[in-house]
Amino acid sequence: MVDLLTLKDLTVRFPGLTAVSGLNLTVERGRTTALVGESGSGKSMTALSLMRLLPRSARVSGDIRLDGRIISSLDDRAFRRLLGRELAMIFQEPMTSLNPVMTIGRQIEEALNVHERLSRRAARARAEELLQLVHIPDARAWLDGYPHTMSGGMRQRVMIAIAVACRPKLLIADEPTTALDVTIQAQILALLRELREELDMGLLLVTHDLDVVGQWADHVVVMYAGHKLEEGPPAALFERPLHPYTRGLMASSPTAGTSYRQARLPEIPGGIASALGQAGCPFAPRCPDVLPVCRTAVPPWRTPALGHHVSCHLLNEEERRDAVALG
Amino acid sequence: MPLLSVDGLSTHYPVAGGTLKAVDGVSFAVEAGETVGLVGESGCGKSTLGKAILRLAPATSGDIRFDGTSISSVEGAALKPFRQRLQMVFQDPFGSLNPRQTVGEILIGPLNVHGIGSRRTRTERVADILRSVGLPEDARFRYPHEFSGGQRQRIGIARALILQPELVVCDEAVSALDVSVQAQILNILSDLKQRLNLSYVFISHDLAVVRYFCDRILVMYLGRIVESASSEALWDAPRHPYTRGLIAAVPNRARPRPESVLPGEIPSPRNLPPGCRFSTRCARATEICRTVDPQLARVGAGHDVACHHHDHTDP
Repeated sequence: MVDLLTLKDLTVRFPGLTAVSGLNLTVERGRTTALVGESGSGKSMTALSLMRLLPRSARVSGDIRLDGRIISSLDDRAFRRLLGRELAMIFQEPMTSLNPVMTIGRQIEEALNVHERLSRRAARARAEELLQLVHIPDARAWLDGYPHTMSGGMRQRVMIAIAVACRPKLLIADEPTTALDVTIQAQILALLRELREELDMGLLLVTHDLDVVGQWADHVVVMYAGHKLEEGPPAALFERPLHPYTRGLMASSPTAGTSYRQARLPEIPGGIASALGQAGCPFAPRCPDVLPVCRTAVPPWRTPALGHHVSCHLLNEEERRDAVALG
Repeated sequence: MPLLSVDGLSTHYPVAGGTLKAVDGVSFAVEAGETVGLVGESGCGKSTLGKAILRLAPATSGDIRFDGTSISSVEGAALKPFRQRLQMVFQDPFGSLNPRQTVGEILIGPLNVHGIGSRRTRTERVADILRSVGLPEDARFRYPHEFSGGQRQRIGIARALILQPELVVCDEAVSALDVSVQAQILNILSDLKQRLNLSYVFISHDLAVVRYFCDRILVMYLGRIVESASSEALWDAPRHPYTRGLIAAVPNRARPRPESVLPGEIPSPRNLPPGCRFSTRCARATEICRTVDPQLARVGAGHDVACHHHDHTDP
């Protein structure tokens, strides 16, 4: 069995708002699944629900299966034993996730001590190894340093060292490079990939950046307003995007090498708030190809090409037209 | 004559134990109707340079000329007419709008300060500018928190443009926005530029956006311009090893993962490396790079590079 993480019908509800609607998703061992979408897509809520870090007002339902066992039904005590050893998470803001008044070494040792009984000396030696593992130069000296004296990239490396300290099977990375310069972003993404291989982890990468996904993920899930709209391997998805939202996102990012003098950027009119209270497809109010059925019925989940899935009525419509044309 | 010309501009700050050279001897010009991009990693001095142009950061030495007049030593009330012609759009549309003022009050403020128009014409101008940035007219009665990030950035643009400036400095103006909203804002900026014949200094860490939106790009590293070229030339044939490293690091789904990435991080501007400032991270650095500070030199039409080894063409 290669599936490390399987989400079945994951739903996250807040009073008056459904943040994630019936999400199915898998992460394979030793591979990277990317959850991509804009603000309000539900991608971070999905990640936080896996770690049980949602606010108290959230209601989570559905099955979360990690390495063959259902972890969504575990009580909090049993679940805490999994944190760090089975799954771990890194966040966008490495400054706010680290304790400013504790040395880097102590923060790593603290993570180790939750699960392993180590002597002070052994813990310190292991912390130094971990800093070396994430390529922090002069690791021993940094054990006694404080987070504020580090750059953003170095702090993110420390966060990664803490996250992998107890060799988790699944690493969740929520916008891990969004606050960093492109050069440092490339370094951190390369590090995550290297550690994924070395520790045989599955990686769930949450990001808004289609270009990062295209280069670093094995599998892509596109989310919008809590719904999964499309998924597949990046090559297929970017070569032949099937959902109008994916197409719109790709067109509106200025990667294509055009200039403002040649062409305006194609926009997706409106905003994600329009999805609230939609009966049919959440993207219908902004969709350039909207059909009457889109406003009334949720589109079915379909597989027009091997491994490439989409939730869109238009595809049915096109197929029907094709069928009619063929007689 | 260029609209803006900057000559040998430096912004140095005294810090404990020395000098922080945020901007260190920068020269460039912006023609009327031109969009010039400023790129580089955090700490390269691009934002300080943007502020120095508007006299929001001090110029320790050097000269800034706007429309033929030196503005680097003008003070107080004499600066006011220039303030009207030079405006800025900030990154954070949350932090840069007063939460206690309605959008109408925010937009009419600059007109009051500069004593432009009568009460009626001011109201008309507010309605006008709201229309140009694609906001409904009743937006003026509402408060910033009632708007989404993209709409707030439209308000920030409206505030900068209501004085009908000639040059607008955009500091990471689209960086905090989702791509679909970013496209909306870039289109508004480019429409307004054409309609009002604006010039922009466009500061961003996002090279793909700068490539799309700018006519010319200046690459900064530790307070210096290390390469300057047209957008196409810089992207297609970068000459400085730093520019090459930056471009290679830009994620692009149409290209394979980068084989190798630019190592290390930008050193502290308090403690500049001797010789070429990039030499500590440069794979091509030789003895001369560690001792002699390279100056910008012309290497092609409108293409300047500060590198001892700029004629090497290996990747």
